[in-house]
Amino acid sequence: MLRYVYGNELSNYPVLQDTMHRDRARQFAERLKWDVHVCENGWERDEYDAMNPLYVIWENRDGTHGGSMRFLPTTERTMVNDHFSALLNGVDIRSPFVWECTRFVLGTGAQPRVAAAMMLAGGELMRAFSLTHLLGVFDPRMVRIYGMIGASPEVLGSSGKGRDKISVGLWPFRPQDRIRVLKRAGLSSEISEHWFNRSFGQPIMQMQKVA
Amino acid sequence: MKALELDTFLRALEQADALEQIQDLIVGLRDTFEIDHVVYHWVSADGEQYGFGTYDPAWAQRYVERDYIRIDPVIVGCFQQFHPVDWKRLDWSSKAAREFRKDAQGYGIGNQGFSIPIRGPNGQLALFTASHTTDDESWAEFTGKHQRDWILMAHYLNQKALELEKGRAPEPVRALSPREVDALTYLGMGYGRGQVADLLSISEHTLRAYIESARFKLGALNTVHAVARATSEGLIIIGGAARAASGGWPGRHRDGKVPKSAAG
Repeated sequence: MLRYVYGNELSNYPVLQDTMHRDRARQFAERLKWDVHVCENGWERDEYDAMNPLYVIWENRDGTHGGSMRFLPTTERTMVNDHFSALLNGVDIRSPFVWECTRFVLGTGAQPRVAAAMMLAGGELMRAFSLTHLLGVFDPRMVRIYGMIGASPEVLGSSGKGRDKISVGLWPFRPQDRIRVLKRAGLSSEISEHWFNRSFGQPIMQMQKVA
Repeated sequence: MKALELDTFLRALEQADALEQIQDLIVGLRDTFEIDHVVYHWVSADGEQYGFGTYDPAWAQRYVERDYIRIDPVIVGCFQQFHPVDWKRLDWSSKAAREFRKDAQGYGIGNQGFSIPIRGPNGQLALFTASHTTDDESWAEFTGKHQRDWILMAHYLNQKALELEKGRAPEPVRALSPREVDALTYLGMGYGRGQVADLLSISEHTLRAYIESARFKLGALNTVHAVARATSEGLIIIGGAARAASGGWPGRHRDGKVPKSAAG
């Protein structure tokens, strides 16, 4: 299932939190050999995790992490603007309608539908909060995965070669993508909305008129 | 809200040089939208707060006296978050929250609310809020229709409020990047978006992101407004001066650099 969780609520889900940071260490430090910091407890965690980002996390049946990504508004400090502006021809994207999406990671053995579910979640965020784009940082493997699930970003710039390549790209909000991504994720529109509402609060309380 | 009205609001906001003027503008917004209240509320992590808007001053005073900032589900729920919130989605289940709500409604706050949180440094939170007395359906229609405008207004208002309130300096406005200058220059010259995207060798979707970003940095309402502001501030040059300049058109330079004549 999908969870939308702010950083300050993450400790309510200790298994999810622990396995997410460990999966990030596995993907970014061990496999991709990015210059990231792995703490003594085996977690990959950086300064942007300290900015209370919003995480989208796929939770496996056993409560462990199946995949995740991290969002921050581009009106604040962001990883893209701090570290990757050279890949953007110096463009420093700031808009309340563009959120940054970083640390896209899949758990070991995650099914392709997990990646699709997370793209779906990105779309749900754009739809709910009037976003026009997500601005992402990703590695070459993710480019293939995004392509497979029919949600390729537009790559704005890349650095490095082969496995070391890092790219920055944009996903525009296209309402018509939703149906395709739902299908790839094997999910119904209703369940996606249910998960969204469970995380952001059920809008069920009747705010009855005061007489 | 009609674009023209939003435009008038943003232009007046831009020129405001005292908090009292912002207060007047907010009253005007409330009247334009035909809702009960519009409020701007700023709080720091240690509970310092200030704000302005259309709430009954007696309610504002009571809010402070009763230290409602510790109970108010809008403050508690939006703290450290950055997505727009319909009050219905917040947690009103505690006894304190329910009593607070009853008290607030007694002061005519309304049964519906919608707040845009904007985070500042060191745990600061600014909230721009609309509240009204109506049923769920028409409120959903209102927020759905106006969310985008409210997000923009929230950011521009917050910038101005921080600018005018001493010691709460906003983030410095970022300069336009060369590609943003290119995009606005071409648009100002009358090219369509498709043509501009072609000229810059990017997709229309990416062009849109550049325009959104430039627009936000310029505090502009829409693309036309952004081009006008960039021109009046000398950030871009359109027309005779640029045509006569020796540097060529922006965008001819495939390295993304802009000739000095266009960059101003």
